[in-house]
Amino acid sequence: MAGLDNIFGIHEQALLLRAKRSAVIANNIANADTPNFKAKDIDFMSMLNKEMNGAEKMAKTNGKHISVTASSNDNALMKFRVPTQPSIDGNTVDIDMEKARFAENAVQYQASFTFLNGRIKGLMSAIRGD
Amino acid sequence: MSFFKIFDVAGSAMTAQSLRLNTTASNIANAQNVSGNPESVYRAKYTEFSTVLNEQSEATGVKVDSISESEVAPLKLFDPKNPIADKDGYVYKPDISVIEEMANMISASRSYQDNVDVMNTAKQLMMSTLKLGQ
Repeated sequence: MAGLDNIFGIHEQALLLRAKRSAVIANNIANADTPNFKAKDIDFMSMLNKEMNGAEKMAKTNGKHISVTASSNDNALMKFRVPTQPSIDGNTVDIDMEKARFAENAVQYQASFTFLNGRIKGLMSAIRGD
Repeated sequence: MSFFKIFDVAGSAMTAQSLRLNTTASNIANAQNVSGNPESVYRAKYTEFSTVLNEQSEATGVKVDSISESEVAPLKLFDPKNPIADKDGYVYKPDISVIEEMANMISASRSYQDNVDVMNTAKQLMMSTLKLGQ
């Protein structure tokens, strides 16, 4: 039997990343009127790849090694948005686009959540056997 | 948990925007306020926003940096019948464009609403997460 670690597949990491991304976009919306604020976003694809494949993870070859947490170099994967209509005060937040991204992210969060929930329900019925 | 952070971020923006609304209301209310000498004329107030950064220099909301007063010279109106006019018959009025203030007010109220929406969405997502596995 496969380890229970991977039972939730990609959705466990995806849910956490979605929550993180919504915080980043919420911050863009909050700073929509702040002079010189530059809108940022998470490069979701590469971030998720990193979490899943562990390409940049350090191998633990000894039991005494300390594991590197996933969030230790997240800032490197935050990218600035390319402004479509930069304003005169140096702010690059496009409020309509940010709101659309926020809503999109919320729907994708719900999607990952639904998959997770289905998996848990499936497991529960397998355990109960009724 | 990232969603709790959203409440702080959106909350800080709502505080900042409501302060901006407050100064705008004050500017509109005092736009017609005349005075007998140019020093005591009401000066338009404007908020200046800046980003709040945490220890990792990640942006975590917005704050009102300062409230600055307009440096524009007051308007000088000839009104000798006014009881508070100076010895030459002039009164002084702040040079506030009510139209500009109205535009500022609409911008602030829209930004406030955007942050309320963000908070509502975050709340909904949190509530559904609490039901995970039920």
